[in-house]
Parts: sequence; structure tokens; C-alpha cells
Amino acid sequence: MKIIVAIKQVPERDAQVRIDSTGKWIEETDLQWALNESDAYALEEALQFKEQHGGEVVVVSAGPERVGSTIREALAKGADRAIHTDCNDLGERDALGVARLLAAAIRTEQPDLVLTGLQSDDLGYGQTGVILAELLGLPHASLILHVEKSEGGITVKRELEEGWFQNIELPLPAALTIQSGGNKLRYATLMGIKRAKTKEVRRLTAAELGVADEPAVTLERIAMPQKQKSTQILSGTPQEAAAALVEKLKFEVRVL
Amino acid sequence: MSGVWVILEARDSRIGRISWEAVAAGQQLSAMLGQPVYGVVLGANTESLAAEAATRSLGRVLRVEHPLLENYTSDGYTHALEQLFRVEEPAYVVFPHTYQVRDFAPALAARLGQTLIGDVTSIAAGPAFTRQLMQGRLTGTYRHNGSGTCFLSVQSGAIRADAMESEAASIETFVPTLEATQIRTRPSAPFRASAQTVDLGSASLIVSVGRGIKGAENLPLVQELATVLGAELAASRPICDNGWLPMERQVGSSGQTVAPKVYIAVGISGAIQHLVGMKGSQCIVAINKDPEAPIFEVADYGIVGDLFDVVPALAAAVKASKQQG
Ligand SMILES: Cc1cc2nc3c(=O)[nH]c(=O)nc-3n(C[C@H](O)[C@H](O)[C@H](O)COP(=O)(O)OP(=O)(O)OC[C@H]3O[C@@H](n4cnc5c(N)ncnc54)[C@H](O)[C@@H]3O)c2cc1C
Ligand SMILES: Nc1ncnc2c1ncn2[C@@H]1O[C@H](COP(=O)(O)O)[C@@H](O)[C@H]1O
Repeated sequence: MKIIVAIKQVPERDAQVRIDSTGKWIEETDLQWALNESDAYALEEALQFKEQHGGEVVVVSAGPERVGSTIREALAKGADRAIHTDCNDLGERDALGVARLLAAAIRTEQPDLVLTGLQSDDLGYGQTGVILAELLGLPHASLILHVEKSEGGITVKRELEEGWFQNIELPLPAALTIQSGGNKLRYATLMGIKRAKTKEVRRLTAAELGVADEPAVTLERIAMPQKQKSTQILSGTPQEAAAALVEKLKFEVRVL
Repeated sequence: MSGVWVILEARDSRIGRISWEAVAAGQQLSAMLGQPVYGVVLGANTESLAAEAATRSLGRVLRVEHPLLENYTSDGYTHALEQLFRVEEPAYVVFPHTYQVRDFAPALAARLGQTLIGDVTSIAAGPAFTRQLMQGRLTGTYRHNGSGTCFLSVQSGAIRADAMESEAASIETFVPTLEATQIRTRPSAPFRASAQTVDLGSASLIVSVGRGIKGAENLPLVQELATVLGAELAASRPICDNGWLPMERQVGSSGQTVAPKVYIAVGISGAIQHLVGMKGSQCIVAINKDPEAPIFEVADYGIVGDLFDVVPALAAAVKASKQQG
């Protein structure tokens, strides 16, 4: 079984974000970066599947030089090797454009299973995995919590809205987008970090992959969101703020 | 390219609320561009759905009808709508942003060489489409280029659907060519995890905890606040993902929907998937150290501060107030 996991590097969760001078993206200097949350679950699912059934886990990431650190993290957790699609123009591509880039890299590998996270924490399109399936001609299922081997392929557990689930059977090869929470995530061990240094990272460029197309959709500008409600901020020390809130709950909301 | 085509999705054999919001978005586009709005329903037996759709100011309703569309599959829906759109060449296609739409609309758009503008919260002249970025901390404005069909999906609750006049629309049937072998996945019937033992839906006070709590070992802090208030304890997804609280305490699009008198969000950022589960609360209180956290956009009262200081202070203040009577 060869499993590809697409991993994206995104700004660290609690990072302070500022709009850059172009007004089209955030200031990237001084940002801390991390592995996208649902991708960590996709990687975990792949690693557990490999531990059970054997095979190989290959991570693929598209982005500039800096994504190397996230690739190393995935290798340290147990991925066998990596493909880094080197590009500095992710921001100018739409979801289809990024998926084309990833698909071109994945095609050469002929995997049995392609996993992505269900959504990136920065752009949040929630589309790349489903588009990848389309471009690669694979059956797919999205929002998956568990993957099990079955007779003719795999059976997956899909999350539906409001606490419902559904099982789906798919033949292999297939593509899945992985929802968070299906597994407990592992940490990289010291040994893993050491080993990661010797693992193969193949570098490809968009030019080599032959993908350069006009985006169908462009992000024109970004902004701070507009408030829907006027929030009353209760200030002061924690004790003062707490006392003020108790007053509100008692005399205005009348629940105390 | 012509017309604004709205894809309507059934919930319990009726057209779901979010689909009417998609119709409202379609009508905004229609007013902007002078294009007619059409409705599309899919299934094996769409007669009553189509009749329901036809009551809501749509110029035309299309029943995309085939036995293989009885249960949703991505392959079935993608093939069927691809065929319809190759014939009709819509200018705009509007979807409700449901889990089902997330599952196939990106593939359908890609098949037609397009990119879906997903989870749209508002539409301005241009048209320019706004959606959230960075989990609600920023918004982005998007534009569609070129002359092909523009695909978009609208976020639940973002566009009001109440102001809809009714005119009877004409109903037509479109029968796509589908073969059983084209449908590669086999879905089973939906099921629920386990019997729910906590009913957050009827709680009148809820203290809800998010990733700001940092670790399971700190949960007693918020549990104490919930106890002195007589409130139920709830959580955002990461808390349940990590197994710190059972999933039945999760509030949000994949968890429970609650509407208490007071919802106190502790260390929760306010991602849309969380907000949809609690924004119907009568009074929302947010405790967060980040003054820019999106939760403050929906909060009535906010305390900007470290929850490890604020929560014990609040528990003490509530206790003192209750002792006074
Ligand atoms: C399809 C889908 C379905 C989903 N379903 C759900 C769902 O049902 N429910 C749900 O909740 N989420 C759901 N999510 C996840 C959602 O997008 C968010 O990732 C999640 O809600 C974030 O949880 P959080 O606010 O606890 O964590 P974070 O976003 O990490 O926020 C933590 C907050 O705590 C604050 N904080 C940190 N330290 C402190 C401190 N010491 N004192 C005070 N504040 C502090 C930070 O400023 C931050 O605002 C879903 C996502 C997807 C894509
Ligand atoms: N630049 C990228 N490199 C690798 N994987 C990506 C990239 N962009 C998106 N993905 C994958 O696609 C998923 C969904 O991303 P998105 O469609 O942007 O929400 C992510 O969770 C990743 O698994």
C-alpha cells in the first residue's frame, strides 16, 4: 500500500496576524508556522494504516522554502519520504490551481490512497482533496474519521452534520479528506527526528510539473471582519471584570 | 452563459433552511445582473420537493431525476449536474454550503474547469464575494475571472431568507444518463454514535470551554464555574477531539446546537463551525485573552483576559452573589 498525504504549512494557531502592504495577504515575516491541524490527523491515519497493513507513507507539500520544516516534522513522525513542490506563488493560485500542482506531483507516484486534511486553517477552502480526487480520476469521500481495509477496498467512517455518521465503501485507489479527532496524534520522538534527517525529500518545481494556468478565481483583498453585535467589554482586573459580569447576569440577564 | 441556478438540498424530505438562503443569495445576484433565478432539485422522486421549490419566486424549477440519484453519491450528483450544466450553461450556480455540497461541488466545478468560491458570507457589486479566512480572524474578497460559469456556495445563516415573495414557477424534468458502474462509492444509512446522555439543547446556562484551557488537567477550573452557576459544561471540537470531554458535549456544526439563556465561551476563538451551534443563545459571554478573537463579534459581554485568572474570579464572584441571596 502506498499512501500519499498532502500536508500544508499554515501560520501557527495563536500567531498575531497582520494584513500586509498589498492588502491581499498577511505579513509573513516573523510568523511562526505549523502543520495544518486536520493534516496532522491525515498523517496519523496514514501511519496507523501502514503499521497495520504495511506499505509506504509519502508526504507532499506545495509551498516556498519554509515548508521544509513542516516536511521534516512529518518525516520525524514516521513518514518514509517526501515531495516538496517548490513554489512562491501559492497566493496567486486558486484551489484548482494548487490541486493541479499537487496532482501533477502525486500522479508520478501511482498511490493506492491519497489523504488530505479536510480544510486548511488559513485559506479554509475545504476543497483541495475533493478536487485532487477529480483530477486524479479517483473515487473519494470527505470528512473521514476512520479508514479500514475491506474486501474490495476500504470502508470509511464519514462525519455528517449534528452528530450523525455514515459508512462508505470505496474501491482502491481512492482519495479521502480527513476530519480531526479520529485518532490520538503522536509526537515525534528524538529517534524520529534523527532519522528524518536521512530521509529523501524530492524537490519539484511548478515549471517541471508543467502547471501554470490562469486562476478562475482571485483573492482581491483581505480585511478585518465587521462586528455583528456591539460587545460590551467589561474591563478592569479579573476581579473587577468578574464582579461587573455578575451584576449584568443578575440585573440585566436575570439568571442569577 | 445565462441564469442563476440554485441547487436545493432536502432535509427530512423538505427543502432545508440553508437552501432558501442560497435562493436569497441567487436573488441578490439576479437583481444585480438582471438574470433570472432557477431552482434545481435532485433525486429519484423529486415531485414534492419541486412543488415546494416552485412556491418561492424561482423562474423555473428543474427536477434532475434518476433512480440512481435516490441516495446521494458524489459520482451520481457530479455526473448528473455536469450533464445539466453542459446543456444549460449557467452564468452562476449557487449551492448551500452543506457537508454534502462540500463533498461534490469542488469536483463538479473542477470538471468544468472552474473553482468554487466556497462558504460565501456576502455578495457585493461586481459581483465580489466575501468569505472568511484564518478561521474567521480575517475576511477575503474574491472575484471570478473569465467567461465560464461562476460557482459559489453560501454559508449557513449568513444571508437572510425571510423576504421572499412567491410566484408559481414552471417545473421541468431533466433525466441524466447514468449507469450504476459510474457510481464508485457505496454509502450506508446514516447512524448516530451512541445514546446521548447529556441534553445540552435544553440547558438554560452553559459554560463552554475551548483550546485556551490548554490541557485536560485544567478542566476542573471551568467545571467549578459551571457548578456554582448550575450550568452544563460544553466544549469546542478540539477538546472532544483530544478526548478531554466526551463528544456529546461538543457544540457546533458537527455537535449539538444549543440556545441557552446564557452561553459563556471560555478560551474559544469563535470559528464558524462553533458559532453555528450557539449563536442562537440569548446572551453570549466571551472570555478570551485575544481582543481580536472572532467570538467577540457575536458576544454581548466580553472579558479580555487570561482565563486562568478570570474564571476563578468569576466563580468566586458568583458564589459570593449567591450567598448574599
Ligand atoms: C467541517 C468542520 C466541522 C467542525 N465542527 C465543529 C464543531 O462542531 N464544533 C466546534 O467547536 N468546532 C468545529 N470545527 C472546528 C472549528 O473550525 C475550530 O477549529 C474550533 O472550533 C476551534 O476551537 P477553539 O476555539 O477551542 O480553539 P482555537 O481556535 O485554538 O481557539 C482557542 C482560543 O483560546 C484563546 N486562549 C488561549 N489561551 C487563553 C488563555 N489563557 N485565556 C483566555 N483565552 C485563551 C485564544 O485566544 C483563542 O481564541 C469544525 C471544523 C470543520 C472544518
Ligand atoms: N499547498 C499545499 N500543500 C500540500 N497540501 C495542501 C496544500 N494546500 C492544501 N493542501 C491539502 O488540502 C487540504 C485542504 O485544503 P483547503 O482546500 O485549502 O482547505 C489541506 O488540509 C491539505 O491536506
